[in-house]
Amino acid sequence: MATVAPSRTARDLPAPPATAAPGTTARGRAQLDWLSHATLALFMVLALAPILLMWVTALKTQTELATNPFGLPRQWVWSNFVQTWRQGQFATYLRSSVVVVIPVVAGATALSVLAGYAFGAFRFRGRTLLFGLFLLGVMVPTEGLVIPLYYFLDAFGLRNTYWALILPQVALSTSFGTFWMRAFFTNLPADLSDAAAVDGAGPLRTLWSVLLPLARPALGTLGVLVFMWTWNEFLLALVLVSDGDHRTVPVALSLFQGRYSAQVPLLAAAATIVSGPVLVLYALLHRKFIEGMVAGSVKG
Amino acid sequence: MTPAPSGHAGGGRWRPYALLAVPAAVYGTFVLYPLATTVRLAFYDWNGIATPVVTGVGNFVELMTNGRFVPALSHNAVFLVFYTVIPVALALLLTVLLAQDRPVGGLSVYRVGLFVPQVMPMVVVGVVWGWIYSPVNGVLAAVVEALGGEAAPYLGQVSTALPAVGMVASWVQYGFALVLFLAGIQRIDRTLYEAAAVDGGGRWDKLRHVTLPGLRSEIVVATVVSLIAAVRVFDLVFVMTRGGPSDSTNVVAYEIYRSAFLQREVGLAAAGATVMITIILALSLVVIRYGEQRD
Repeated sequence: MATVAPSRTARDLPAPPATAAPGTTARGRAQLDWLSHATLALFMVLALAPILLMWVTALKTQTELATNPFGLPRQWVWSNFVQTWRQGQFATYLRSSVVVVIPVVAGATALSVLAGYAFGAFRFRGRTLLFGLFLLGVMVPTEGLVIPLYYFLDAFGLRNTYWALILPQVALSTSFGTFWMRAFFTNLPADLSDAAAVDGAGPLRTLWSVLLPLARPALGTLGVLVFMWTWNEFLLALVLVSDGDHRTVPVALSLFQGRYSAQVPLLAAAATIVSGPVLVLYALLHRKFIEGMVAGSVKG
Repeated sequence: MTPAPSGHAGGGRWRPYALLAVPAAVYGTFVLYPLATTVRLAFYDWNGIATPVVTGVGNFVELMTNGRFVPALSHNAVFLVFYTVIPVALALLLTVLLAQDRPVGGLSVYRVGLFVPQVMPMVVVGVVWGWIYSPVNGVLAAVVEALGGEAAPYLGQVSTALPAVGMVASWVQYGFALVLFLAGIQRIDRTLYEAAAVDGGGRWDKLRHVTLPGLRSEIVVATVVSLIAAVRVFDLVFVMTRGGPSDSTNVVAYEIYRSAFLQREVGLAAAGATVMITIILALSLVVIRYGEQRD
């Protein structure tokens, strides 16, 4: 899928004058460029508007919302967040989300490195078949797993525990991660591990001290994607956990919505809290998000 | 997709299997085993407690005739228009208008903004749009009334609920397609456009003979990824309408959830899930085939 990744050089080159169509004046070109940017800006604002609206609404009073639905708040009501945080018990639910997301990112990354290394750097019997089975997980929808998982985890007393959310999501993300890391290890020059082997290093040692430092960018992208998928996961969290102690934030928001549907500013504050961590991470690492989602878009 | 494996890590023959042991155990237990069980349960009648009874294809017959699954499937088909046709067509139109006749620079800022809906939790998207569509204090209602129209409960009436949820899906998807296409068109060799111009070709000829063939892989990826999203849609429907009013926004995923966990018709739900898996695997194979051809 690497060919889909955006190429930087082509995009940033200024238009050579030779390509100007006959009759196109410099002024006409400037106007066209101005129009292109305005159009793109318009569609970007359209993509961001609901989110901006969510933020300003979270800081208004219910009464101001009726008279001033679009503008900035006349009076910034930060206490909406305090009220939402307490009444929605978001401290508890955010904690659950963090307790789930950290082991999933760590576990899925570690397992993906092992499996990706096996598929990318070794030739062995059954390789194609096994890789095909791993790839299956990139495609299957969670709807196809959640029914047996519910009864299976229940039988082992794991329903309503963090394990119920951690283990299936580690497994699911390992599928994409194996695909992702295999591509990385396949493209590494063979000399690297050969040199390490001559020095007497075994495969695990080579992996740890020679290959992994080089894999850092690929690992970073994988980690960011797994964080986002896990933080946003709804169906598994809805079905596999029904008690408040282990509830993650997307499910908490859907329940909060049921109770506070009339109090729009509180609902907006809750939505802001739930999307906050993933948006902050996106603001910091947007390059990795976009690269990963474009290059890995086999994952639905 | 990649050059032939070099087998560059040498060493004992058992080593790749040792590396795969833990990942395969976890993946097999929590993905492959449940997947196989879903397909197996599709052929049983089970309420989740009593002993399952074999019914053969009984569940599939029931799906086709119970008057709920087929309408749900048809709503997914309507969503294909909102998830795929509208965003891909819009993104293609914009790409042609903006970048076909000349390279545009400085796109990275727009890319970051256009991608934001892809990153948001769908539950948050559903909650925010639920309020935008709300007849009380809703943003859309305010706009309609300001224009002299009469606001309606867009999510609460059968005539508008499905397209209202669908428009949200279009909003989520168009940025992804646009980012993909704008990146793709920059990689098309400009001399091809010049050649088309020399041959007296207009905008339409350039689109047909240069842009569309040049963007083929991007169009396939955007189409299939959004098709899969349309088949899977659950979070948006759960948060915005719970499949209502009068089942008018009920989709396959919600129907599966409802059968399995609210009505405890586990075999029936598993049969629905099996249908969904089959559709998605078929769509995914198209992308994989395509990816292999391309490289």
